[in-house]
Amino acid sequence: MAVEKTCCASAEEEKAVRTALEAFEPVRTNLIPMLHAVQETLGQIPGWAMEEVAETLNVPVAEVWGTASFYTMFDLQSRAKHIIRLCESPPCHITGAAGILDAIQEELGIGPGEVTPDGVFGLELVSCFGVCGVAPAMIVDHEVHGNLRPEMVPQLLQKYREQ
Amino acid sequence: MAKVTLTINGRPVQAEQGQTVLEAATAAGIYIPTLCAHPDLKPEGVCRICVVEVKGQRVLPTSCTLPVAEGMIVDTNTPNVRDARKIVVELLLANHPSDCLTCSRNQTCELQKLSQEVGIRQLPFEGARRRHESDVSSPSIIRNPEKCVLCQRCVRVCHQIQSVGCIFTSNRGWDTEIGPAFGQDLANTACVYCGQCVAHCPTGALETVNPSSAVWDDLRNPDKYVIVQTAPAVRAAIGEEFGLPPGTRVTGKMVAALRRMGFDKVFDTDFSADLTIVEEAHELVKRVSEGGKLPMITSCSPGWVNFIETFYPDLLGHLSSCKSPQQMFGAVAKTYYAQKLGIDPARMVVVSVMPCVAKKFECERPEMRSSGYKDVDYVLTTREAAGMMHEAGINLAELPDAEFDQPLGITTGAGVIFGATGGVMEAALRTAYEVITGKEVPSLDITAVRGMDGVKEATIDINGLPVKAAVAHGLANAREIMDRVRSGEADYTFIEVMACPGGCLGGGGQPYPTTPEIRKKRAEAIYAIDRDMVLRKSHENPAIQELYAEFLGEPLGHKSHELLHTHYTPKDAYEQDEDLEPASV
Repeated sequence: MAVEKTCCASAEEEKAVRTALEAFEPVRTNLIPMLHAVQETLGQIPGWAMEEVAETLNVPVAEVWGTASFYTMFDLQSRAKHIIRLCESPPCHITGAAGILDAIQEELGIGPGEVTPDGVFGLELVSCFGVCGVAPAMIVDHEVHGNLRPEMVPQLLQKYREQ
Repeated sequence: MAKVTLTINGRPVQAEQGQTVLEAATAAGIYIPTLCAHPDLKPEGVCRICVVEVKGQRVLPTSCTLPVAEGMIVDTNTPNVRDARKIVVELLLANHPSDCLTCSRNQTCELQKLSQEVGIRQLPFEGARRRHESDVSSPSIIRNPEKCVLCQRCVRVCHQIQSVGCIFTSNRGWDTEIGPAFGQDLANTACVYCGQCVAHCPTGALETVNPSSAVWDDLRNPDKYVIVQTAPAVRAAIGEEFGLPPGTRVTGKMVAALRRMGFDKVFDTDFSADLTIVEEAHELVKRVSEGGKLPMITSCSPGWVNFIETFYPDLLGHLSSCKSPQQMFGAVAKTYYAQKLGIDPARMVVVSVMPCVAKKFECERPEMRSSGYKDVDYVLTTREAAGMMHEAGINLAELPDAEFDQPLGITTGAGVIFGATGGVMEAALRTAYEVITGKEVPSLDITAVRGMDGVKEATIDINGLPVKAAVAHGLANAREIMDRVRSGEADYTFIEVMACPGGCLGGGGQPYPTTPEIRKKRAEAIYAIDRDMVLRKSHENPAIQELYAEFLGEPLGHKSHELLHTHYTPKDAYEQDEDLEPASV
C-alpha cells in the first residue's frame, strides 16, 4: 500500500510538530511515543512528520514508516473527524463484533477503510486493544465503548455527530 | 566459553553456551533446513522452516533462535517436524509465482531448493495471491515484491551490516510488505546500491539490472569494437558458477572464456587499479606534505561513495578525488587506447565484469563521461558474465588458460589485492613509501591491514613519518569510523572503506551464496595471486609508466585531473526528493 507522502507542511504545523518532539529524549525507545505525539498534534501522521521523527531519532525513515504503518492506531492519512476503530480479534469476534459492524455499516453507509461523504466518520477494523473483558468493543477517537449490542450503535454515534 | 551437552537426534552433542540449536546441530553435521537464517545476520526466527521438537516443550521452537541448554533433548526429524516444515513451505508457495523456469534465480533459489528438500509435489492451498508491480526505478537493483517470502534477510543486511536502512517491513498480517518508506521506489531512497540485499535474498524478489542482451547485440555488431575489463575479485569467484570450489583461481580460464564470447580485447581492471594507486598515493603524499584535508579516504567503492554522499556529506572533502579503477579504465580506453589503435571512440564499447552492483549506478553518473563518451558502457556482475558464458555453451572450468591482452592487461600484485578488504591501503602504502622516501619498501606484505576484522588499524612508519591507517569493510563499520572522524576523535592519515563485507570479493554481484567462509577462501586466492606476481608495486607497472610517458604526463597532472579525477555531490538521507547544490570539495 503506497501512501501519499503528503508533502508540504505549513510553517505552523512544522513548528507544532517540532515543539511536540522536543518534549522527548531523542532515543530510539521513544519512537512510538513520538508518533503518538505527532498524531495528537496533527490528527494524523503525514510522511513529512515521519521524516522529522526519523531525523530527530537518527533512525531510518523506512523504520519509522514501518512502525507507524504496523499499528492500526496510527492514522497515516488525513481522514474523518471521528475515527471508529472496531476490534476484529477473536474475543470480540465470538462475542458478536460482526453484528456491531453490520449496525455501523447500516447507520453510516460505509464499510471498513471508508469515510462518510460528510467527512464526520471513518471506520477501521483493528486488532485487539486489550479490553477483552468488555468485548465486543470499539474505540471512537479516544473513548472505549464495550459490551456493545447492535441496537446501541445509532445513539452512540449520534453523540459524536453532535460534537 | 562454558560447554553444554545436549542430545540431538539421539546423539550427544557438545556446544558452547550461547550457541543456538541450529549452530550446534550444523557443527555436529546435522542438517536443519533454513530460509530466514543467514550466517552473516542475527537470527530473526520469522520463516519457521527450522523448527525442531524439544522434549518437554509444547510447541515446535525455531532452532535458529533457540539457545542450547544442558541436557536439552532435540529432535530435528519427527513426523511433527516434517509436517510443520512442509506446511510452511506449502503456504509460502501458495502466495508465490510459479514462474521458476523464467526466474533469474532458477536453480539458485533457496525456496526452490527447500521445496525439493521437503518433498513438495503439489500445491494443496489455493487462495488470494499478493499482486505487486516490480520496482525498476534504479540502474542497479530490481525489486519483485511478488516473489518476496518476507524472510527479512534484505532488511537485516541493509540495517545491521550496512546501516543504510532504506527498506523495512510495513503494514501487518496479509498486507505486510518489504520495501522503502511510503511504498516509494528504490530510486527515491537513501539506497547506496551495494546490492547486499540482492546477495542475501533467497529468491528472485531482488535481482540486478542485467544488460547482457545489449552486450550480445554489440558483440555481434561489426561496427563496434567491444573491449572488456575484469575486476580483481571476479577471478577469485567466477569459478564457483561453474562448479569449482570457492577460492579457485581462474584468471586464465576467465580470460579464455571472455575471448570465446567474442570480445575484441580482454583487459584487466587491475591495470587501472595500478593507475588509481599511482594517482591516489601521490594525492596522499600531496595532502600530507601540503597540509591538505586528512584523513584522506579511498573512493573506489561506489557503494561507499553513495553512502558518504548521503550520510556524511559534510566530510566529502576527505574523499580522494580519484575515480574508481573501473571508471579510470573507461576514460583511458576511450582516449589513450582508442588513439593508439586509431579507432573512433564512438565505435568503442567498454564492458566491465564486476563483483559489484553499485558499479552499474556509477557508470551512469554524469561525471563519468570525461572521454567525451560514456566511459563505461555496460557493467555485468560476476553472475551475469557467467550467465552469458553458459548461454554461449562455454564451460569456463574446462578451458585452457589464456593471457590478458596488452597493454591494458599488464598488471601487478598491487592491482589484484584491490579485491580484498585492506588491499587498496596495502597497495597505496607500497607506492607511497617509495614516492616519499625514494627507497625500496622493506616489506611488501603489510599484513596488519589484511583479514576479516570489521575495522583494522595500523601505523606504518615511512621515513620517520607515522602514517596512521584504518580499514573498514561493511558500511556499518565505515559508519563507526566516520563518526569518529566527524567528532575529531580519530587522527588517521588514510582510511580505506569498502562497502561490502570482505571488500569486493564479497560484493553484491558475486556468485550465490556468499558466506564468511566463502569470503575467506576468495581472499586467500587473491593474496596468493599477488604473492605469485613478479611485479607487486603499481608504480613499477611498465604499461602504467608508458601511459604517463606517452599520454598523461605526470601523476595529478592536467590530463590526469581531466580524465581520472572527479567530484562528489551531497545527498539528503531523510528527504530524497530535494535537489541539493553540489558541494565544493
